[in-house]
Amino acid sequence: MQNLIDFISFSDPNVRYVVLGNVLLAASAAMVGAFILLQKKALVGDAVSHAVLPGVCAAFLFSGSKNTALMLIGAFVSGWLALITIDYIAAKSKIKKDAAIGLVLSVFFGTGMVMMTYIQQSGNAAQSGLDHFIFGNAATLVGADLVVFSILAAVLLLAVGVFFKAFALVAFDKPYAEALGYPVRRLDLLLTSLTVLAVVTGITAVGVVLMAAMLVTPAAAARYWTDNIRRMVGIAVAFGVFAGLSGAYISYVAPAMPTGPWMVVVSSAIAFFSFFFAPRKGIVPRMYMQRKNQRVIVEENTLKMFYHLGERNSHFDGMRSLDELASTREVNKALLKTALRRLVAKGLLASRDGQWALTDAGHQKAMRVVRLHRLWELYLTKYMDIASDHVHDDAETIEHILTPELERELEHQLGYPDKDPHDTEIPK
Amino acid sequence: MIVHTQQPVLEVHDLTVSYSRKPVLWGVDFTLPTGCIAGIVGPNGAGKSTLLKSIMGLIPLSSGYVKLFDRPLEEVRHRVSYVPQRESVDWDFPVSVLDVVLMGRYGKVGLFRNTGTRDSAIALDCLDKVGMSAFAKRQISQLSGGQQQRVFLARALAQEADIYFMDEPFAGVDAATEQAIIKLLREMASANKTIVVVHHDLQSVRAYFDWLILLNMHLVAAGPTDQVFTEEMMQQAYGGRLSLLSQVGDVMEKRAFPSREH
Repeated sequence: MQNLIDFISFSDPNVRYVVLGNVLLAASAAMVGAFILLQKKALVGDAVSHAVLPGVCAAFLFSGSKNTALMLIGAFVSGWLALITIDYIAAKSKIKKDAAIGLVLSVFFGTGMVMMTYIQQSGNAAQSGLDHFIFGNAATLVGADLVVFSILAAVLLLAVGVFFKAFALVAFDKPYAEALGYPVRRLDLLLTSLTVLAVVTGITAVGVVLMAAMLVTPAAAARYWTDNIRRMVGIAVAFGVFAGLSGAYISYVAPAMPTGPWMVVVSSAIAFFSFFFAPRKGIVPRMYMQRKNQRVIVEENTLKMFYHLGERNSHFDGMRSLDELASTREVNKALLKTALRRLVAKGLLASRDGQWALTDAGHQKAMRVVRLHRLWELYLTKYMDIASDHVHDDAETIEHILTPELERELEHQLGYPDKDPHDTEIPK
Repeated sequence: MIVHTQQPVLEVHDLTVSYSRKPVLWGVDFTLPTGCIAGIVGPNGAGKSTLLKSIMGLIPLSSGYVKLFDRPLEEVRHRVSYVPQRESVDWDFPVSVLDVVLMGRYGKVGLFRNTGTRDSAIALDCLDKVGMSAFAKRQISQLSGGQQQRVFLARALAQEADIYFMDEPFAGVDAATEQAIIKLLREMASANKTIVVVHHDLQSVRAYFDWLILLNMHLVAAGPTDQVFTEEMMQQAYGGRLSLLSQVGDVMEKRAFPSREH
């Protein structure tokens, strides 16, 4: 608990640097990442985050020290070169874009690893800690870095803010953007540069490889929560910031823990949560909806059994046994029993001595379902010219979903009929 | 047979377009009069969409030029509107119907400014014209094919252009939408707007278009529909295998092999 208070109070200047640095980089990465995702270029982020490594190493070899600004410049140059190479290969050769990405990613990263190994064995004292650039270590952030970060993040925020409309247009409909006279090529180049910049911003804290996740994951998670692009970018930034804060906190509490991987773990957890539980789009709410539908169908079918038995001997409120009910249609008895129990609980059925009867409310509801069934059968034969012996199965489904408004409209169109196509009475 | 007009709204001059060096359109040359509804018709692979895209400057020309209002495209872009094929975009994109129609205003407001209340009013008005005003706030993934097409049309209308290029606006839409669209196009034409439509249903050609561009990798005919839409012309355009062009193409394809022993 004391840890948390220390962390939140920002009393330790190191904490301040780490937290601010993480928030800035996570926010800017998530914002740019949203557009990468919408342009279906998620793999490009992956390629860039691998391809910056040789640039970092080259900058170190050139300067002989761990100068952050210089390394960021090196990273930017090699990340950018990689993207240009990918586009060039895809445009000028038989190799398709996915293969070009795979190729460039591994060649650049491989070269970077070779250079890294060389540096580590060169005996240069300054090299210790260079490997942090692979997985990142927010604890190494110092005040001077923060200035660089803030500038980069400000540039990213400003650029995305200014070109938001144009980026969205290009992501949705590129030929149309071109037809409107928008500089599509230059906008693409700008987004590419912003992507590289976002990755570069993260390399000290998160590391080169894992920045790909910080680009795409918050945006992918945000897509589950909204259908509005502005809100989506906002939510992505919020998710990114939360992951950044969590990563910083965890590595503050347990200094042996690397910041970058924890940020990625947290943002992946958010993504998984969204994937399963986001309202409407998540898997669980969708499953719940389907279960609910299934229940409604079983319950309404059960009520119909009572009504059909009632029609047979014109005695609608008689007590019925399980076997008697099951004789009206093919049904799983265990399922029927649970449905009966639920209907009793809802007050639509009354039960006594292992037998059941419709209550008044139950009778009304059963009548309505039967009515809708027969109205729909009539509609199908009358307006869609379907033979009367082919309409039953369709009506079995439709009877459960017709709303009262649709029911009125149906009745009106059919001229308030009395009989269905099988000449059975339509209850009122 | 090519009928040229005086003071054309569109002039396509000796246009040749190639995809990786293989010509797909050869020497296309025609003009269009103002205020007509023109159909671009031809068999599959005739280069109908390619012609439209090259007029819109979306693909490089191998030779020739295009002039609109007697000027190059760059100078008159704000007077030109384009409706791409409906399938060319991802309809699961997180924007609303109104957002899409507002994109039609992006050309007018420019790269840096945002659309304002006047633009929104125009966009809503255009949605109303295509009978979609009730759907303004709807997310675009919830639209049917016909509704998507209407939204694209509304977006083009929002550009307030003088000439409209539409790539298969009738493909995969219901009969009601097709009728609504053609009615709208006629209203636009009577307001002296010019409309160019890529079309592939020969049944409706006579009813819909007053100018016809008959294409099969080259220009077969261009002119008023009653002069162009004849059996002889259609035979030329659709009897594909027999045309000299495809024979030349075949020869070009096989030229690495000896065609005869001698």
